[in-house]
Amino acid sequence: MNSEARPFPAPLVEFRGVMKQYSGRTVLDGIDLDIDCGAVTAVVGPNGAGKTTLNKALLGLVRPTSGRIAFGGIDIDRQIAYRGRIGYMPQSPSFPETFSARDVLTLLADLRGTDRPRDESLVHDFALAQFLEQPVRLLSGGQRQRLNAAAAFLFTPDLLLLDEPTAGLDPIASGILKDKIRAVRDEGRAVMITSHVLSELEELADAVVFLHEGRVSWSGPLAQLIEQTQCATLERAIASLMGKSSPTPRASVGAAELVA
Amino acid sequence: MTSISLLTTNAAVLSTSDSGPAAIPADGGQTAPSVVWTVLRHEVRNLPKNRGVLLFALTMLLLSESVLRLTGSGARALTAMLNIVLVIVPLVTLVFGVISWHASREFNELLLAQPVRRRSLFAALYLALVAPLAGAFTIGLLTPFIVHRAITSEAIALLLATVGAGCALTLVFGGLALLIGVSVDDRLRGVALGLAVWLLLTVAYDGLVLLVATTFADYSLERPMLALTLFNPVDLARALIVMQSDTAALMGYTGAVMHRFLGSALGSVASLLGLVAWIVIPALTARRAFEQRDF
Repeated sequence: MNSEARPFPAPLVEFRGVMKQYSGRTVLDGIDLDIDCGAVTAVVGPNGAGKTTLNKALLGLVRPTSGRIAFGGIDIDRQIAYRGRIGYMPQSPSFPETFSARDVLTLLADLRGTDRPRDESLVHDFALAQFLEQPVRLLSGGQRQRLNAAAAFLFTPDLLLLDEPTAGLDPIASGILKDKIRAVRDEGRAVMITSHVLSELEELADAVVFLHEGRVSWSGPLAQLIEQTQCATLERAIASLMGKSSPTPRASVGAAELVA
Repeated sequence: MTSISLLTTNAAVLSTSDSGPAAIPADGGQTAPSVVWTVLRHEVRNLPKNRGVLLFALTMLLLSESVLRLTGSGARALTAMLNIVLVIVPLVTLVFGVISWHASREFNELLLAQPVRRRSLFAALYLALVAPLAGAFTIGLLTPFIVHRAITSEAIALLLATVGAGCALTLVFGGLALLIGVSVDDRLRGVALGLAVWLLLTVAYDGLVLLVATTFADYSLERPMLALTLFNPVDLARALIVMQSDTAALMGYTGAVMHRFLGSALGSVASLLGLVAWIVIPALTARRAFEQRDF
């Protein structure tokens, strides 16, 4: 990891006792978690485990019932500036039908209004240039997903929050995106991925956070998970955890642990 | 990492506005006017591709043209257009608003994930909904009058009242549409609720008031009737328009009460204030719901 590229001391993101309840139903139940720079952290878990809510809580789209989330050491409650340091790739890209791909990217750029350097490599690598002027409604699902990815990486964020990033991408585009994720990680930036494709996460992840019923059931380096469960693949390891999930008091998956 | 190239052309075009590059406040987010202006600018640029707004403008234009040709007089045409305006504008705004909200909900989440305040984004979304609809209504209604030179001295006040009331109803029902959209997650339920609100305020309300009036005919009900009028923006808009034309028969029951009780000038001011309250309260309630909800 290139420490000079780090904008913040580790951890970049801290979840402390984060709880979220909807109509009496507990979706996040006391999440304690650290996300460090220079690592790809995979958040996995069965449907309804709280993965999407965790992402949205970090973005301020969902307000925790209790607990604290800090980004770069600063509590995010009622803050907005930190979002300029996050590149968010939602699971299902949906853009205004009248907008062209260029309109989407320029609107996001104008709203951010920052002078951070822009990273157009995915726009080029995904050959989006030929689609930039087309209305989004005419783009295929894969083309929209490429646009979605390009928008997330465009503003050189300190944290990439990727929800099912390769869904709908063809193998070539998927490979380009995975290479890009690794490159971003190697630059010392943080990546947090949610995906159901565990084989894909196995390729990318340095650390794994297993959510079960709103709690961090297991977290740590991927290699440790494989060793601990004695399973050959992440998929089997997660299946093994699902059979005997038990919450841990504090989950830290920082780069320091990975090195250790 | 590569330098920006594909987007520079467009960014340069966008940054030629009078306001120059967006100002960045101390907390790093965009200022409220900047967010509103940014979103509106993108909406306006894409307006020619917005089929819903274009269809509404075309419908108003055809109706206005047809009624003007049939009546042959600007004042008579506007009187004939009264109920069309009072029925169509709320219906289109409510349905279009609720559907648009749900269609763009996921994109709105992406916008909320940017460094913008919810309050600013709501203002932008509200104006991006009502401004094109009010513009389409005004252009569609006015164009035939301008082309046929039907804006006579006797029609000008009525024309201004009709355009003003139509735009006010767009603002009122735009706020209601966003309130429904923000509060009701299911699109079908939202549209159904919107239609129910429209039916209540445009059709059922006057009937209910009339029923109350006939049931309690032995009592002096003018003040309660006046108060009831304030609870319906469509009646307020109707009163505002008809007070410019002296065609009391078109007022509906509540409008007639207002005309009789307050007189023309005071009635106009009361209608206007009532409409302003109807614009502000739903919009602020929708904004509060938008600020507090989880996405």
